[in-house]
Parts: sequence; structure tokens; C-alpha cells
Amino acid sequence: MRFDSLIESVGRTPLVGLPRLSPSPDVRLWAKLEQDNPTGSVKDRPALYMIAQAEKEGLLRPGVTVLEPTSGNTGISLAMVCRQKGYRLICVMPENTSVERRQLLQMYGAEIVTSPAAGGSNQAVAVAKDLAAQNPDWVMLYQYGNPANAQAHYETTGPELVEDLPTITHFIAGLGTTGTLMGTGRYLRENVPGIRVVAAEPRYGELVYGLRNIDEGFVPELYDADVLSSRFSVGPREALRRTRQLVEEEGIFAGISTGAILHAAMGEAGKCVERGERADIAFIVCDGGWKYLSTGAYAGTLEEAEAALEGQLWA
Amino acid sequence: MAIEVRIPTILRTYTGGEKAVEGTGDSLSSLLADLDSRHSGLRDRLVTGEGGLHRFVNVYVNDEDVRFLGGLETPLKDGDSVTVLPAVAGG
Repeated sequence: MRFDSLIESVGRTPLVGLPRLSPSPDVRLWAKLEQDNPTGSVKDRPALYMIAQAEKEGLLRPGVTVLEPTSGNTGISLAMVCRQKGYRLICVMPENTSVERRQLLQMYGAEIVTSPAAGGSNQAVAVAKDLAAQNPDWVMLYQYGNPANAQAHYETTGPELVEDLPTITHFIAGLGTTGTLMGTGRYLRENVPGIRVVAAEPRYGELVYGLRNIDEGFVPELYDADVLSSRFSVGPREALRRTRQLVEEEGIFAGISTGAILHAAMGEAGKCVERGERADIAFIVCDGGWKYLSTGAYAGTLEEAEAALEGQLWA
Repeated sequence: MAIEVRIPTILRTYTGGEKAVEGTGDSLSSLLADLDSRHSGLRDRLVTGEGGLHRFVNVYVNDEDVRFLGGLETPLKDGDSVTVLPAVAGG
């Protein structure tokens, strides 16, 4: 396939079957390989759409400063696009994110403002909102509330899935900004009768939930519970176990959040087998495992890996 | 056997610092009423005056979000595991 530039090549990722992890010929698992995007994650899709929308609204011109709270992947995608278009990018990132994500951001030319580990991305959002208020000429794309985030998946991820897998019965993805699930989920609900849309939400160590009170909690503005059929919380142990199973049995080297998603997907698959229903279950591989090697996720026993992840934002 | 309830750090002032407490009840609302009899004030932090779950509180039964199971009327049985977490941002 030929493209005029790297940016043009975002999306249209492969959907691959998992013959070893699928429980039966009637209940099949399918992985959508989003690590095949230019910067190696699903976030290239929303980053491109958010930038394009801001350009359409006349908010961006060369030299402008773009600001974004991100635990990593969205920042890396934005950095790739901003560098090519001549925009300055500042990412607000919690300090408990992997060193690879920081180095990649810096390599792409982004500046990093660090937010405290306690409170996780909530604090990154709060710091970014403060910075935006102090610098009214900066443009905050704000992935948690920007409709272009979900729209990217409504216009690309959703149609790609239906084209490649017209018999799809389930869609499983991670719940962070909620953009992947909201956009893809809405498209699937409009086009696939009876589709189940299932969220896998990472459950971190206690530090990440270290808010001062409940009212500091955060629900992304994009989130609409009506799009979902169900929502599961997946802890680090299960996420790590599935991440390793995915590379050992199917050769797919994915990041840890993908393990959490696979865990929810296999739970749905098991229920279909019990009920004797046929199913084609598609799930998102958010990124490759490369950016998480330093976390210890792939070394030693599961217990050691789980201990190493304590307090880190692994999704 | 009872139902184990995992409590997040910010609500442990109601459980004497305990990370997990046990309770009984055949639904989430009866479990919360039972817990509140020993951990007074806990229920009010989870449930609003209108009788729904607080917007920034997530409750999971066996890892599934109760908002997709029946909310406060979600049925419970002995041996179930309940987890309470504040809503935090991802991405």
C-alpha cells in the first residue's frame, strides 16, 4: 500500500483470528492490531481527528502551542503529527508512567510537564486545565471531552470491523477516555443488530485511586453508559496473565491494557460456549509491548511482574 | 459465608482503616445497609440523597460494574466479591 505521507497511513489495521485462544469453531476471537498504526498505538486515530478538527475550526497555525493531558499514547500520536505540522506540543503526564513513553515523547519533540503520581490521570487533567486557563492562547485538544476522539472511531474503526467481520457479535475495548468504545460502539449499534459492546477497565494499585475525596473523581465527558452492554474491572494479575498468553499462544506482543481487554473478551467467549451460542468476538490490541519492557511486566513470575506494576499507570 | 467488600483508601476512615470488610445482604442496597450499621456514614458516601449511586463512585460485583447489573438492586449471594472504587481518568 502506498501513501503520500505517514499521516495518511493511519488506520485500516489488520483483524487477525486467534485459532489457539478461541474456545471453539463457533466461538471465535479476533484481534484488531492497532499497534500497526504509525506511532504504534490506537491513539493515532483520535490524535489525527482532533488535530484535523481544530484546524478546520481555525485554531491551529504553525508555531501555536498545543496542550494535552495524557498518560502517554495520545501524547506520542499528537507529537508525531504536531512535529510535522510545526505545532509546539506540551503533554501533562503523571510521573508514574513508563520511561519509554517519556523518551518517545521527547524524541518526537514534545515537552513534558509532570503531574503527581497520586490521583493518576485525574491530576494530569487538573494540571492541564490550570495551564490552559493561565495560557489562553494555547490550544487544549482535551481527548476526554473532544467529540473528534470518538468520531475517529465512528468513522474508521467501526466500519473497518464490519467490513472485515460482518458476522461480529461482540466488541471489547479498553475504557480510558472512552473514545474507542463510544465511537466504535455507536457505529456497531447502528449497523449490527444485537451487538454486545463491552468495556474492560484497568484496575490499578491503590496509589492511583489516592484522591483526597470522592468529589475529585472523574468521568470523561465523552462517556455515555447507554452505548455499553457491560463493563468489567480487570486487575493487574489477570491483565499480565492474558498479555503473556497472547504472545505465547498467538505470537502477538501487546501492551498490558490489551491483556485486560483479552481477559474480558475471553470471559464473554466462555459465556457464549456455556449457552451454546455462536460468537465472533473482536477486541482492540491497543499497542505493542515495547513501551512496557521497563515495567518488568514481561520478566520473572506473574507475582514478580504484578509487584513491579504496583503504583504504575500501566494502561 | 459472607460477602467481602473491598474499600478504597479514601473511605477507610469509615472502616477503621480496614482494606476489606464483610457484610451480608441479598442485594447491594441491603448489603450497604448492613455495612452502615457497623461503619456508620459509609453508605452516605456511596449513595446520593436521590437514592442512586454517587456519580464518582463505581461498585463492582465479581468485577462487573453494577450499573449494568441492576444498580443498587443488583442481587447478591454468599461468596460474591464487591469492590468499591472512585472513578478516575484513564488514557
